[in-house]
Amino acid sequence: MPAAPDLVGRLLDATVTTIRAHAAQLTALDQAIGDGDHGINLRRGFDAIAQARDELAALPLDQALQKAGMTLVMKVGGASGPLYGSLLMAMGKAGAPQDPAGIAEALGQGIEAVKKRGRADVGAKTMLDVLVPTLQALQEGAADSASIGELTRKIRSVAADALAATGPMRATKGRASFLGERSIGHLDPGAKSSALLIEAVCDVLEGGS
Amino acid sequence: MTADNVAIVIVSHSALVAQGAADMVRGMVGDEVRVAACGGDPEGGLGTDVAAIKGAIASVYGPAGVAILVDLGGALTNSEMAVELLPGEWQENVVICDAPLVEGAVLAATEAAGGSDLAQVRAVAEELSS
Repeated sequence: MPAAPDLVGRLLDATVTTIRAHAAQLTALDQAIGDGDHGINLRRGFDAIAQARDELAALPLDQALQKAGMTLVMKVGGASGPLYGSLLMAMGKAGAPQDPAGIAEALGQGIEAVKKRGRADVGAKTMLDVLVPTLQALQEGAADSASIGELTRKIRSVAADALAATGPMRATKGRASFLGERSIGHLDPGAKSSALLIEAVCDVLEGGS
Repeated sequence: MTADNVAIVIVSHSALVAQGAADMVRGMVGDEVRVAACGGDPEGGLGTDVAAIKGAIASVYGPAGVAILVDLGGALTNSEMAVELLPGEWQENVVICDAPLVEGAVLAATEAAGGSDLAQVRAVAEELSS
């Protein structure tokens, strides 16, 4: 899509805001089935991104994604750092997207990096269970030449449903897998943070942020 | 002397666990093997820190290579990330062992002290998981 004014800055602000606002909720979800640090860790990473906000906002989107990804890798202090860091860095390496098909291409590359880093795929109760359905919705919308408004409406709905679907799943990756059956009935914290970030990006693309 | 042997890096979520495991290695194996301990997130809480892991590897790195022992999931993910951030020519000389942290560190260091190569050091540690 055409480079909207300060697109990178608005994406940074929206994602930092949502992670800060939901850090306690993410930590509470993680206390139920993980080690209770997801919100604290992601908040530390996004606080570091906020500190570098103006420097990042001056970069083209692809470079900003790579740099923000490296910031998460170095600052988060949990597995979510390399996972989200790899996602953003691989998306950035795919180049600056010009249209929804380009965003889908970049997200696809990012998802492959997350799968590799986490040795996981869909169905293991992870962030991939939100990211992959979101990618599918994005690809379908791009193929149908959907408007941005149609696209974000679809993506919000798909991401919310995908997040809810992690509740009944049994975790087979990460610390939640130690709980086995007891992981069932809780939303996955990584799926929740992914859904929050996707909503924030939708807000920006709709111009509502 | 010690630079000819494989070095050991211990990565735990807890700085105390990492230091304690390193103390055991030094106490049981001696100074024939360089060992670095690394634990805690960037603010000193429980967790692991990619930059600190990278620094720990660099502090003991030598041509014989480095064997890394990790505790739980994030320690592995962050160690893999740290290895990828090392200079390219180092990367094939640094391995992460699929082994229990404390026992793996002591056995790997014992093997390394005898002058075994990196593959052998790793294999001995990983026998604990088989």
